[in-house]
Amino acid sequence: MTSDTHALPDHDAHGGAAHGSLQSYLIGFGLSVVLTAIPFWLVMTGAIADKTATGILVLLFAAVQIVVHMVYFLHMNTRSENGWTMMALIFTVVMVVIALTGSLWVMHHLNINMMPMHDMSQMP
Amino acid sequence: MFDNPELVKMIFGRLNLDALPLHEPILVGTFAMVATGGLALFAIVTYFRLWTYLWREWFTSVDHKRIGIMYMILGIVMLLRGFADALMMRLQQAIAFGGSEGYLPAHHYDQVFTAHGVIMIFFVAMPLVTGLMNYVMPLQIGARDVSFPFLNNFSFWMTVGGAVLVMMSLFIGEFARTGWLAYPPLSNIGYSPDVGVDYYIWGLQVAGVGTTLSGINLICTIVKLRAPGMTMMRMPVFTWTALCTNVLIVASFPVLTAVLVLLSLDRYVGTNFFTNDFGGNPMMYVNLIWIWGHPEVYILVLPAFGIFSEVTATFSGKRLFGYTSMVYATVVITILSYLVWLHHFFTMGSGASVNSFFGITTMIISIPTGAKMFNWLFTMYRGRIRFELPMMWTVAFMLTFVIGGMTGVLLAVPPADFVLHNSLFLVAHFHNVIIGGVLFGLFAGINYWFPKAFGFRLDPFWGKLSFWFWVSGFYFAFMPLYVLGLMGVTRRLRVFDDPSLQIWFVIAAFGALLIFLGIISMLVQFAVSILRREQLKDVTGDPWNARTLEWATSSPPPAYNFAFTPVVYDNDAWWDMKRRGYRRPLAGFRPIHMPSNTGTGIVLAGLATAMGFGLIWYIWWLAAVSFIALLAVAIGHTFNYHRDFDIPADRVGQVEDARTRLLAAGAQS
Repeated sequence: MTSDTHALPDHDAHGGAAHGSLQSYLIGFGLSVVLTAIPFWLVMTGAIADKTATGILVLLFAAVQIVVHMVYFLHMNTRSENGWTMMALIFTVVMVVIALTGSLWVMHHLNINMMPMHDMSQMP
Repeated sequence: MFDNPELVKMIFGRLNLDALPLHEPILVGTFAMVATGGLALFAIVTYFRLWTYLWREWFTSVDHKRIGIMYMILGIVMLLRGFADALMMRLQQAIAFGGSEGYLPAHHYDQVFTAHGVIMIFFVAMPLVTGLMNYVMPLQIGARDVSFPFLNNFSFWMTVGGAVLVMMSLFIGEFARTGWLAYPPLSNIGYSPDVGVDYYIWGLQVAGVGTTLSGINLICTIVKLRAPGMTMMRMPVFTWTALCTNVLIVASFPVLTAVLVLLSLDRYVGTNFFTNDFGGNPMMYVNLIWIWGHPEVYILVLPAFGIFSEVTATFSGKRLFGYTSMVYATVVITILSYLVWLHHFFTMGSGASVNSFFGITTMIISIPTGAKMFNWLFTMYRGRIRFELPMMWTVAFMLTFVIGGMTGVLLAVPPADFVLHNSLFLVAHFHNVIIGGVLFGLFAGINYWFPKAFGFRLDPFWGKLSFWFWVSGFYFAFMPLYVLGLMGVTRRLRVFDDPSLQIWFVIAAFGALLIFLGIISMLVQFAVSILRREQLKDVTGDPWNARTLEWATSSPPPAYNFAFTPVVYDNDAWWDMKRRGYRRPLAGFRPIHMPSNTGTGIVLAGLATAMGFGLIWYIWWLAAVSFIALLAVAIGHTFNYHRDFDIPADRVGQVEDARTRLLAAGAQS
């Protein structure tokens, strides 16, 4: 039976996601450990005195960690699934950025203008 | 046992006999009618011994065509309920003048307008749109079924589960009195301590699971199961709009789910996300729910745009004008629909910068929409237009939707919105775009694809009657609301003081009556068409001389859709095949691999509904037991290895031979 008589899709059809090698898993694992260890070290030793700066730095490491996971564990690259993975990722990022920045911007305005005990002449 | 209040409370939660609305004569009457109708239906099905047939062939079916039809039936049944609410409101507003309180008490009236909005959006428009996508899209791309047939069945039953919960609130307890989006603080436990908002929350959460999963399923189908040769830019426009709509569903429904979870936490465990004090902020709810809510209206209208594109091209006998621009317009609308949500609350207190940003993005959406409108006009230009029912609905849409679009752009101007916000002008506007856009589109689609689904056309006489009642009824019902809105009348009012307004409400009620006749005519149209099915029969599978692949197979299509997967060389694949003198293959059939039916979807959805009921009435044991059962059945289903079977080659041959004979008989007569 050939694949064109299937109602159900074959998982091993063309353009599927790439599979990792032992080397790539080890690289991913190493990077993850390092990227996790550094924030712990930053917080536990208090290497940077400014707490806000530490927080931002930890968040940055978390963002890099996400990328490492996507590349080495989820095997995402620009070619997998004929580029659909990349397209979906870009779309998701755009949506999340719109929803988060938009909400922050809107709620900032509402907070300043509408919550009690504020001077209305200071409206942005 | 009833002497022990603690025990009764443990077993029944806050459910008691007072929850039955025995003191409300309107509801008792409704219940009597529904019960009689339900019993009659039950008796008929039992008398004709149809239960086994319904269970085996429909309820447990994983065939996208049958699931699509079941979605359509659900949508039409719920339309009757939602429209009954509309008639009640119109009657109340037409008589509640000059000191008269009307006939609906406030407690009941507030539930009616909430239920009307919730039902019309979630349980009428969504099932009808999803049903059409389910039925048509896999046929249009030459697929045998959707990517995940069992998931499709499960999604449908979850939608039914949500609808059941909302309908239950009519007779057990009550529904929310908050308006269709349940804004806090009104929807919080302090101001709505009864079960109404809980019915709202769990009805939408159960149905929302179905909607999200079906979105994933249909995206996957479009991306993965297109026929060979069908590149993205050769997909029919309806499939394109289905893709964009499902992308919108998958990206926006999680926001609705999350915001309802936060509201539930406020109501059930005493968190303070949306309360007035302890750091809560109800405005965050409004912000979040509209991040879902605005894409939602495009979820509904994009498939309607797709239907109009198919209908216009078919009935003008021409290739669609500006296919590429149509696709890009759809994609641009998809993205832009995420950038406009604040226009629903311009008046909530954002500064000038925020309001002008969202006002401008809103106005920009009218550009791709306008481009679509011109594409349809240019498709019709110099075409040989056949004014069959689908085309009539399309022309009515073009005239009506443009009015709604223009009032929309008016509302997008923040200073104008400050005057019109929450007025009947807004109510008129969104009914103008949802009825004139979505509903007219769905009616065009139903009339267009009905012969594909059942093998006979819908009766044109009753269809035209329904059309004229609907269209004239729409104008009578909503044009007065524009006038009233400009005069400053706000929405959701129960009684009025100014007697000079009454005439407008009477005209609107008359319009609602015309729409009622339109709905009745539509039901009669279905009945008459079934009775006259021999005269209205179509054996060709292509009654409209159409252009896309779904018309290449028989009507109704066989379970496997296409004996051989078609190969696509052109945008209008079937038109291209007809032009090149395509001949159906008559031999050489092979076994076809198909998914098996399963009852797991209906069981899971039933358990989810029971869990919702338990949570609504604080019957914790029921919620816990059904949740555990839900997990057990879901895990158990993964051990079901009887998921597929092969239709043997000679069986395929028999079905195809029968069609060959029908075609030959049709060609002779």
